[in-house]
Formats: sequence, C-alpha cells, structure tokens
Amino acid sequence: MKRKIISFLLCVICVLSLFTLAGCGGKKQSQVYFLNFKPESANAYKEIARAYEKEKGVEVKVVTAAANTYEQTLKSEIAKTDAPTIFQVNGPIGYNSWKDYCLNIKDSKLYSYLSDKSLAITDGEGVYAVPYVVEGYGIIYNDAIMKKYFALGNRNNNISSAEEIKDFADLKTVVEDMTAKKKELGIDGVFASTSLSAGEDWRWQTHLLNVPLYYEFRDNADYEDPTIAGLNSKEIAFLYSNEFKNIFDLYTNNSITPKTLLGSKSVNDSMAEFALGKVAMVQNGNWAWSQISDVSGNVVKAENVKFMPIYTGIEGESGQGICIGTENYFAINKKATKEQQKASLDFLDWLFSSETGKKFVDEQLGFITPFNTFSESEQPADPLAQEVVRYMNDEGVESIPWIFTSFPSDVYKTNVGNALLEYVQGDIKYEQVLKTIKDDWKSERK
Amino acid sequence: MYHSLKRWSWLFLLPTLAAFVIAFLIPFVMGLYLSFCEFRTVSDAQFIGLQNYIRAFSDTSEFLSALLFTVEFAIVAVLSINIFGFILAMLLTKGIRGTNIFRTVFFMPNLIGGIVLGYIWQLIINGVLYRYGYSITSNAAFGFWGLVILMNWQMIGYVMIIYIAGLQNIPDDILEAARVDGATNSRLLFHIIIPSVMPSITICLFLTITNSFKLFDQNLALTAGAPGEKTSMVALDIYKTFYGRIGYEGVGQAKAVVFFLIVAFIALLQLYLTRSKEVEG
Repeated sequence: MKRKIISFLLCVICVLSLFTLAGCGGKKQSQVYFLNFKPESANAYKEIARAYEKEKGVEVKVVTAAANTYEQTLKSEIAKTDAPTIFQVNGPIGYNSWKDYCLNIKDSKLYSYLSDKSLAITDGEGVYAVPYVVEGYGIIYNDAIMKKYFALGNRNNNISSAEEIKDFADLKTVVEDMTAKKKELGIDGVFASTSLSAGEDWRWQTHLLNVPLYYEFRDNADYEDPTIAGLNSKEIAFLYSNEFKNIFDLYTNNSITPKTLLGSKSVNDSMAEFALGKVAMVQNGNWAWSQISDVSGNVVKAENVKFMPIYTGIEGESGQGICIGTENYFAINKKATKEQQKASLDFLDWLFSSETGKKFVDEQLGFITPFNTFSESEQPADPLAQEVVRYMNDEGVESIPWIFTSFPSDVYKTNVGNALLEYVQGDIKYEQVLKTIKDDWKSERK
Repeated sequence: MYHSLKRWSWLFLLPTLAAFVIAFLIPFVMGLYLSFCEFRTVSDAQFIGLQNYIRAFSDTSEFLSALLFTVEFAIVAVLSINIFGFILAMLLTKGIRGTNIFRTVFFMPNLIGGIVLGYIWQLIINGVLYRYGYSITSNAAFGFWGLVILMNWQMIGYVMIIYIAGLQNIPDDILEAARVDGATNSRLLFHIIIPSVMPSITICLFLTITNSFKLFDQNLALTAGAPGEKTSMVALDIYKTFYGRIGYEGVGQAKAVVFFLIVAFIALLQLYLTRSKEVEG
C-alpha cells in the first residue's frame, strides 16, 4: 500500500512538473519590446538597450529580424503573448496591412519632434506611424579609382572628374571607357555585382525601378505628390522603360561578374567587392557604409567614398540629385497594454531627444533623422551620410523621393526581381520584363 | 501489481499524449480552421468559408506548377534513392572488407541538417557550374537535378541501413536451396530476395515518398525557388504564400490542407499496395 502511494505521488509530480515548466516560460512579459528591421544596426540597438536600462531602469528587449524576413518575423511575433510593442511599417502599403495593430500616436512627443509633419503616415485624423530616419541612395563611387582614370592620357572623352558626369550619356562613355582600361586601373570591373539571388535583389526591383517610375508619377497631373499618384495608379504605362533598361544594362555589361553568375550574388558580395577596391562603383544607400568599412582588408578611404545620382537618360536629368526618402516608420502596438505603450513611447522619446540617446543615433546608428531635436551639428559622421546631407542641402539639384513605398506589394517586387534575373541570364527578352513590370502592377494592385 | 499497473496506465501515457495534443493535434485542428478564415496573425481570424480554397487555385498558377515540380521530383528521387540504396545494401552484405566503415560513411550525410546540406551543395554545384559560366539559378533543370543529387546523398545511407536489416533477415537456407535448384542470380533477386525484404521496401518507400513531397529546408537553401519560382516545391510555395504575401495567409493555409490531403492519400495508397505484396515471414 505504501509503495502504491509513493508511486502515485511520483506520477503526480511528473505530470505537474510538465505544466509548471510550461507555465514559467510564458509568464515573463517585457515592458518594451522592439522588433528591429535593420540587421546592420543590431549591435547598436543592443548597446542602446543596455544604456537605457542603466539610466532609466526599464528593460528593453531588442530582437532583430534577419535581412528580408521582417514581415514574417513580425507576423509570428505579434501573435504571441509577449508581442513587440514597437515595430515598423514600410510606408502606406505596410500600414494598410498592419493598421489593426497601429496605435494613434498623434499626441506623442515623437510625433511632435517631426520637423515635417507630412512625412508621418496618417489616416483620417490619426497619426499611426512616424518616420525615424532619412536615407539616400545612388551610385556610390570610389573617387581614388575615378581620379586614377581621369589622370590617364588615352581617354576617349573630355570629362575630367566624376563630378562632371551630369547625365546618362556621360556616365555610359566614362564607364565603358573604364571597362576597356580596367587593367590599367587595377580593377576587375566598373560596377560591383548586380546581386540577383533570392532576397538580395531589392536594389534593382525596388530602388532602381523607383527612378523611372518617379518621373512617370511626377508627370501625373491629377496628383501633386508622386507617391500619392503612385498609390492611386491602377495601371502604369512605364513610359521610361528604355531608360530603365539603359542603366540596368550598363550595370550588368560593365560588371565584375559575368551575367550568368549574377543569380548567386548577394548584396554583401557587392559591398565587399567595392570595399576591396576591385570595382569603382556600386549602387546602394548610405546605410551601406558600415558594410563597406567592416570588410576586412578594406582599401577604400572614407574621404574617397562619394555619391552620384542614378542617371538613366531621362530628359532634364542633369539637375537630378540622389534618391532621398524613408521606408522606416515606427508604429506602436495597439494591442499592447497601456503601460507598455507608454514605456515604448518613453523609450523612443529618450532615444531621439536625450543627449545620450542622440549620441547613439549619430555615432552608432548613423541615422539622419527627420526630427527637430537634432541640430545641424548633430549629424552622423560617416562619409555617405554626409554626402546625403550635402545633396539634401544643394539648391541646384532636385532629389528623387522614395516613391517605391507606393509599389503594390512585395510579390510585385519579387516578380520584377525574378524577371530581371531571367533577363540577365538570357532566358527571356527585355519585353518580358517590361510586361511583368506593367502587368503585375495591375494584377497586384487590384 | 498487474491490476494497479493497468489502472494507472493512462497516467504513464499522459506526458506523451499531452505532447502529442499540444504540439500536433491542436495546431492541426487550428490550421484546418484557419484555412477557412481571413487573418493576418493566427490569433485573430475571421471565418470566410471556402474562399481561400478557390483563391489557392484561381489566383495564381504557382501552386499547380509547384505541385507538378514536386511530383516530378518525387518520382525521380524515390526511384533513384531506393535503387541506389538497395544496390549499396546488397554490396555491403556480401562481406567485403571494411563493410562497417562503408556503412558508417554512407549513413553519415543523414546526420547533417537540411539547411546545412543545402548550402554545402549549393557551393559544390556552383563551384562546378562556374567553370562553364553558369550558376545553379541559371536554369531550372540545374536546380531540379541539384535537389535530386542532394536528396540521394542524404537519404541513400538511411534506406541502405533499412535494406541491410531486411537482407540480413533472409535465412541462408532458402537462398542455398534455391541455388542448389539451379536458380540464376536474377531469379534469386526477383523471386527470393525482393519478396523477402518487402517489409523494408514498404518502409523505405513510405519514408522517401513522404520526405520527397514534404521537402522544404533543402529546397530553401539550395535555390529558394529561383529562377522565377520554377524550382519551388509545394512546401516552399506554401511558406512563401503564407509569409511572403500580406492578405494571403488563409490561402497559404488552404494550400497546406490540400497538400496534406494529397500526401496522405499517396502515402496510404502506397502502404496498401506494398503491404499486400508482403509475404508472411
């Protein structure tokens, strides 16, 4: 009898332990849980969280989604009990899919800091997402290599410096001549790999496509704002298709990598090629500085890294600047508790207005912010961010806004990327790419 | 003693049962329900009926092309894995020197995870193709055969072990008697050996068929569907629909249910067919 009781008790303990163990796992809930979009800033955010906890005693949990997996990470994280309290949406389209989770933050300090209130994502009377970084992209070039080229005696043109390249014709002449003389210049190709492997093609299907479509939407007489014009376009004519082909072909024809191998290249590969001085140019944005400077054996000096606008051959492009805008908007989880929401907003307020926080933003994150809490002198020190600031302040050029936030869906971008890969491998003609860009816009917009 | 054991047996089953219910049954039923819903996250869903199933087939052609690709792959992979595995098992039961080392070596790939294998083979295949100016995404055929080679490399050792166990169970006296009666080698193989290892064949076919259909990690790591989703298998297509496309979560779920029905049907059919051929030992 005694033995029976003992065995029974043991069983009960076993079974109970199952439940208590499970119970422990679910209990802990973070006050502030920030789901970070930018893998390149993952370490900086960890440090920021540590500093914030030290200063304010509030624990901030930071999770970084791997490159190109933000939407799916968010989708599974937000369904949990311990859901992100701060997450980000990538523009009006992103807001649309997450609007059930976006808190109205019209009365928040963060929104009050925004210098240009029109940048925020609004819906009716409410403000649901606030941009936190302004970024720019264009063709990054290594001026040391360019200077070497312009010092050569046997050039086929009269252009004497990279700054003098003012349109696509100039760019094409210079690039093709550089390719012909790549041995003398000590490079393996003018452009870094046009990375087209899965998930690594956003520089083309999103960023590059932004340029011709911007001009199309700008000329839409019905809307003043090209992004709004894009959002309201059920169909596109893709008027500047040839111009898109111009620049894409220039990239791939003068690349370090043969066309058939581009499908296996990643963004990191391209940035490494640039950092190691194997190529003179690469299309990317100012966020790429950390990728360039972190490559071991990096031979590119900070003072030689410059931006050039993406010229495509569209009329009047001499006055064109680089592409400046944002696709990074903070949103606060509406379904989090009141305390969590407040703690989250306090954290963001601290990050973008306190001395410690701002220092992190400038030095570690390298963000050019759209907030009036930052003075002119409080700007990131990295060369690409400074180039962006230079272009922003240059009265003589007109920046191209990021209208790709109006692209119909991620599937649209993926399909365009797939078509570009097949085109570059010679499986399909450019007409097919053109058809994908136009037809899928229509079918994805619906 | 026996009585008390019987009375409390459910208690011993409980941990496993609980794990089964929590990790399998509940998600399965939830998944079934979600396939009839419009939802963004799995915790708040709205019932919309059969819509998702209609959209799974009508909205895009990807699902059907993925299904076709999967079937093609499964046929090739199941045949090649089982044939090569069986041949290896025959060789390694002949008493060659170093049999144990060979068995270990062939089995080892099976211990490596699918993602790792996928990336390793991507490097190997690209390394070869680069010489000719291609990469694995240049052509869907490269991806297809890459997957076949990868799966063969991974699974052959596993089915080999099962076949070896089956082969070792054939009593020597039957084989000897057949030989004395003048049976040729091929007769021996088709009339004695294969019928005797039928249970192993049932298991191996089941494993390879279901594995080939459900293949995911290897597919994701090797090609991720490139070029142009032409090498996406069904599991990858479902994953991409669910996660890659806002507003298509329910459609992805519906595809998963359809996929489950197909795999279950094929697996049951195969079990029924091969079981009926098994001879009582």
